[in-house]
Amino acid sequence: MMMSTNTGADVSIVLAGQAGQGIETIESVLVRIVKHACYNVFATKEYMSRVRLGGNSTEIRIAHDRKVNCYVNRIDVLVALEKFSLERLTPRIDASTIVFCDASVFTGSGKFIEVPFAAMAEEVGGKIFTNTIAIGVICGILGINQDLAAGHVRDEFSDKKEDIIQKNMVALEKGLEFGKSLADNGEVNFAISTDVCVADQILVNGAEAIALGAIAGGCNFIASYPMSPSTAVLSSLAEKSMTFDIIAEQAEDEIAAINMALGAWYTGARGMVTTSGGGFALMCEGVSLAGMIESPIVIHVGQRPGPATGLPTRTEQGDLNMVLYAGHGVFPRIVLAPGTIEDGFYVTQKAFNLADKYQVPVFILSDQYYIDSYYNIEPFNLDDLNNESFVAQTTKEYKRYAITENGISPRGIPGNGDGFVLVDSDEHDEEGHITEDFNVRTAMVDKRLRKLPGFTYDMILPRFSGNSDYKTLVVSWGSTCNAISEALSAIADDTIAHLHFTQVYPLFPGTKKYLDDADKIILIEGNASAQLGQLIREQLLVDIQNKILKYSGEPFHVEELVARIKEEAM
Amino acid sequence: MDPTDFDVGNIDIQWCPGCGNFNILKIVKRALAELEIPPEQLVFVSGIGQAAKFPHYLKCNYFNGLHGRAVPVALAISSVNPELTVICESGEGCTYGEGGNHFIHNIRRNPKFVHIVHDNMVYGLTKGQASPTSLKGMITPVQVAGVILEPFNPLTVAIALDASFVARIYAGDTEQSVGIVKQAMQHEGYACIDVLQPCPSFNKLNTYQWFQEHVYYLEESHDPGDRVEAFKRASETEMLPLGIFYLHEKPLFHEQLAAYKTASSPLVKRGFHDVEKLRQLIESRKE
Repeated sequence: MMMSTNTGADVSIVLAGQAGQGIETIESVLVRIVKHACYNVFATKEYMSRVRLGGNSTEIRIAHDRKVNCYVNRIDVLVALEKFSLERLTPRIDASTIVFCDASVFTGSGKFIEVPFAAMAEEVGGKIFTNTIAIGVICGILGINQDLAAGHVRDEFSDKKEDIIQKNMVALEKGLEFGKSLADNGEVNFAISTDVCVADQILVNGAEAIALGAIAGGCNFIASYPMSPSTAVLSSLAEKSMTFDIIAEQAEDEIAAINMALGAWYTGARGMVTTSGGGFALMCEGVSLAGMIESPIVIHVGQRPGPATGLPTRTEQGDLNMVLYAGHGVFPRIVLAPGTIEDGFYVTQKAFNLADKYQVPVFILSDQYYIDSYYNIEPFNLDDLNNESFVAQTTKEYKRYAITENGISPRGIPGNGDGFVLVDSDEHDEEGHITEDFNVRTAMVDKRLRKLPGFTYDMILPRFSGNSDYKTLVVSWGSTCNAISEALSAIADDTIAHLHFTQVYPLFPGTKKYLDDADKIILIEGNASAQLGQLIREQLLVDIQNKILKYSGEPFHVEELVARIKEEAM
Repeated sequence: MDPTDFDVGNIDIQWCPGCGNFNILKIVKRALAELEIPPEQLVFVSGIGQAAKFPHYLKCNYFNGLHGRAVPVALAISSVNPELTVICESGEGCTYGEGGNHFIHNIRRNPKFVHIVHDNMVYGLTKGQASPTSLKGMITPVQVAGVILEPFNPLTVAIALDASFVARIYAGDTEQSVGIVKQAMQHEGYACIDVLQPCPSFNKLNTYQWFQEHVYYLEESHDPGDRVEAFKRASETEMLPLGIFYLHEKPLFHEQLAAYKTASSPLVKRGFHDVEKLRQLIESRKE
């Protein structure tokens, strides 16, 4: 088992408990407190696919440096509320891991510091106050001001009765005093300095970044069927549907969802769906329909490990091939995959304009790790949104599928002009009527595919970092980006550079040059079959030999990337 | 307006001679003309099948989508722009078979559109297999020992789910059918009409003559507000009643959506979101 001890740059705190014990509440309150106290913060959770019992945990990294924005294996402080949840984490506990828990919970590994959670909670009024005590203990060891913490705890429980709020205040204070005494005795010592820049930054997770990006891109319709981990985007947009004129509909199934979204675009709305692999499988006929009727649509696929039900609450990058080839027939598409939280916003905003401009399906490919992770960032820039509606006013002579040079026919909507908007899932003529004329068929296929060269013009370029005279090039896409960056910083070898794709398809035409300039290419992907590697081999005739692939259901952590990149680069 | 205002001129109609669809087309055009519905404001949504080709044969906007999937498309269209007249039209295989789940849950929503289901008790486009409403015992190229499944009764299903307008018409009777279709088009809510029609090519059992002998109209005294009675009449199988079985005015789907609680203008006319509002929301994530 790979271990590394804390270098002092940040502290990695893991909170563990049963499903239903409120680990999620601790996470959401604590990250706000820590951010408010001007520490850089990163949080990600992992949870079992059950609503009660089982074991859940959340990792919170607290740092002076903003670059701490991804998952590490190392646990500096482990707060365990229950034994099973602690046992699950044994492989990540080493001699330097401080374990805060009741004596009855401690399993023997790590440096035990007894925190009598049960007794303290009982004193306050019952075990439901354990969460707030845990928040207090962490605030105490970090030396966070009590009033600051109290404000956030009060907000969290604002819908509760006043005596419950008061008891939570008592719980917080007890925890805080306990934590503070540990710090004062020198039993724990995390001297993390704050960062003033944090005050003006925002804290959002991947799901909300995508939802906010959708709003920025004019999304006013979302239809979906709940499926972990993609549901967070649906609920985030539903939450905002009162303030932002959004129809958010829970469909009876994924087939209905995608057809609703296509109906919405047909009528002039900007629609999206959010789903995960299994749900997306049901949407495939709808993707093909979008291809035939040349409808814009934005499809968010939050990946989780398959096949079939797989690991419902875990992460993987295993569905790239599926979205690349989903839907029968030949038609163009665009596949985007956010890496940073910022990407989630800007890429999604752009997706709506790309979909509208080119009248094609645009995919946003994220995963459980991306969706459930958050960290503080600069507020999104709204000054250069460049939203453009491509809806055309129709005339009496209007033809929905007029043959054009760039393959794009002006897209009218019903009731907006004197013309008729006729769309058909059968092959159709320029007006939109069914045809079996082979010449018209050929012309229509060609017209649809003529959009492809246009995509290059609007392409999101891959991010390159490193020296231009690199020897080794690390290639990756989607949510792995921050962990690879941190690993490369730790390796500090200036002959290694990094090329990261947020637009996976079509591939950036300059990719081959980057690959050709490397003596060695290392591909990093969260799937077992190196799917980006397959695409690169198919399109650029470059066969990448060195691969770091992970498909256990867990995200890559920095430590394993450091070790494996070093190994492959040798 | 005149029904010919909905003609599309020279078009190759793909239906067989004697198909019940021709008269349904006539009925629908007459109802539209009598209600003065401008073709530019009219959207037909259909799936796949012979009935689903319907929108190609009259002047309107249309979305001829996938088999079974007309309903979710119609739902979205009527929600994004409630000013449009939306008619969803497809066969019983498309609607009750492939699209059964959408049929069920759409009733629960009560969106504002008319749903006309051509029901000829057989699969025409795929040449003569059983449909969800085929009678038991009917021999087909696939159901070689006769249909085993109990026929699907769309009317009792719709009434059981408290649909807001449930009717059945017979394609062979233009006059009374026009009246019922017009009422459906004027209804504020989801209006489901099951249309009995012969298929001269593939259904040798339920012919024009068979229908003439097996249909009759509900008495004028039938109270469409009486759900139990409506269910009872819809359950009849020896003789098939026609008319409006059930009526229940209910709030419209779109009017209950968050997006229509604060404004009533069609969603499609509201433009891009207010950037300042979005800025405030983003700023709130500093807290």
